[in-house]
Amino acid sequence: MTPVLAVRGAEKRFGAVVGLDGVDLEVNAGEVLALLGDNGAGKSTLIKCLSGALALDRGMIEMDGRRVSIHTPADARELGIETVYQDLALFDNLRPADNFYAGREAAGPRWLPRSIRVLKRHEMTVTTRQTLARLQVNLDDHGAVGLLSGGQRQGVAVARAAAFASRVVILDEPTAALGVRESRRVLDLILRLREEGKALIVVSHAMDHVMEVADRAVVMRRGRKVGELVPSAETHAEIVSLIVGGGG
Amino acid sequence: MAEATEMLDEREARPAAPDPRYRWLQLSLWTLRAGPALILAILVLVVSLTTPVFFTSRNIGNVFSQTAVIALLGLGQLLVIVSRGIDLSVGSTVALSGVVGAIVYLHVHSTILVVLAILGTGLAVGLANGLVFVLGRVPHPFIVTLASLSIVRGLALWAANGTLISGMPNGVDVLGGGSIGWLPYSFFVVAGLAVLAVIGTTYLVWGRWLYAVGGNPDAARRAGIPVGRVLVSVYVLSGLAAGIGGLITAGLIDAGSPTAGDLAELDSIAAVIIGGAAFAGGRGNVGNALVGAFTIGVIRNALNLHNVNAFYQLMAIGVVVLLAVEGDVIRGYVEKRVRLARAMRQDA
Repeated sequence: MTPVLAVRGAEKRFGAVVGLDGVDLEVNAGEVLALLGDNGAGKSTLIKCLSGALALDRGMIEMDGRRVSIHTPADARELGIETVYQDLALFDNLRPADNFYAGREAAGPRWLPRSIRVLKRHEMTVTTRQTLARLQVNLDDHGAVGLLSGGQRQGVAVARAAAFASRVVILDEPTAALGVRESRRVLDLILRLREEGKALIVVSHAMDHVMEVADRAVVMRRGRKVGELVPSAETHAEIVSLIVGGGG
Repeated sequence: MAEATEMLDEREARPAAPDPRYRWLQLSLWTLRAGPALILAILVLVVSLTTPVFFTSRNIGNVFSQTAVIALLGLGQLLVIVSRGIDLSVGSTVALSGVVGAIVYLHVHSTILVVLAILGTGLAVGLANGLVFVLGRVPHPFIVTLASLSIVRGLALWAANGTLISGMPNGVDVLGGGSIGWLPYSFFVVAGLAVLAVIGTTYLVWGRWLYAVGGNPDAARRAGIPVGRVLVSVYVLSGLAAGIGGLITAGLIDAGSPTAGDLAELDSIAAVIIGGAAFAGGRGNVGNALVGAFTIGVIRNALNLHNVNAFYQLMAIGVVVLLAVEGDVIRGYVEKRVRLARAMRQDA
């Protein structure tokens, strides 16, 4: 099976500091891949390269077996890759619908310059409500996102990515700073996206959550991939050992 | 673990009980949001009851006329403040645009050319502010517009040789000082610009970008919004609004004055803040900015009618600004409580 997304021999340097050193990675449709590692392991650098925030120095990225170039967030989005950053990148002052469509507003007529097109507000609101309902993200109302609880905000951010990601959703620490119940909702959301056939890359320090949702786990250390296993109770100790440097 | 999850799921299935405290929080938030309009309504009511002449058509016309320039500058300032910025140069721009218009009128007796010169001056100052701020990668527009406050005022004084340049085309005089019945023409200019501002901020993609940039500039960049272009556009529009303010002022005094618009930048900022806009950006609307401008206008008018010294007017407006800022702090606190209450309701 051709992976939806593949990274081959990824290298990235920041001056003398090695961010990525020959990393290979593949993720398939309907699969959750956990990206694990301690701080400074290179996880964030890798997902930044996949989401277009950084460009690789060497190596290649493939989508469905074809080499692609990702130099900007717009490139990644056009390829169907959406990222949920740890800070969520939400606009607290705007409604969920405005957050969903920020930077890609439904508007017309098309012959006008983009900035002065008229917003299709009803269309954006209805689509957003439908997406939130499909992913079972329940909101009290459709006021500003800043008034939502932490779990609801996370839900909006993940649903936004899901709504526009045709292929890959990258989630950076999706359950960090969430309570038990709110984490549960986000994990359910991840599982629903997997059922929809999306390929998911999840960066997380929460091993319990990784064990529950991930089909495979890639462990990184000092910019290199040091292991790849199927997360389970049996491999838990080995994963932890790889993360802290005892097994690789 | 599984048992705990089951218990949570059972609790989730139960409907949340009505919570009077949550309703009270929501009511408080609604009141704080409606605060600026409520304050203006109460102010108008109190002044009407204590000063019979206040609610005469002539006096209301005066209030509109005196508040027009603050309202125009406030509309431009609103856009800037929503984008997390500030424009300290608008008062100086009022002066320079009027002086440039007067100089053009000395040489060419063309209403159209004078109007274009006045508006073009405002637009040019705004464009310079925006370009220096964005292309110069200046951390905050305060310094940029503080510098242009000084440069533009100096230019106005230099160009006018420090004195008033008399004479404006009849059309400009009528626009600034004329009226239909008791309603000054400047009222219609403010109303027209306000409608355009509502359309721009509410119905156009640009408006959505503006609030996104003000709310979270980093996220706006990541979302592919052209943050730099949006920022330049708000300073251009603020400059243009100041140019229109210069046009009204020049018409009102039938001259270009290099000292016109002195401290008007502070009035415009006060109007926006009294109108409930967040100084931190991302929040504010046209209606409330106008309410803020008219609150200042009504306070000045009421104190004038009571022959209160102008010094006290300054103090009174300062106190209202402080109250508005404190209202914003309380609003932030209540919003946090609402967020917590919602999270608790979700878990109930």
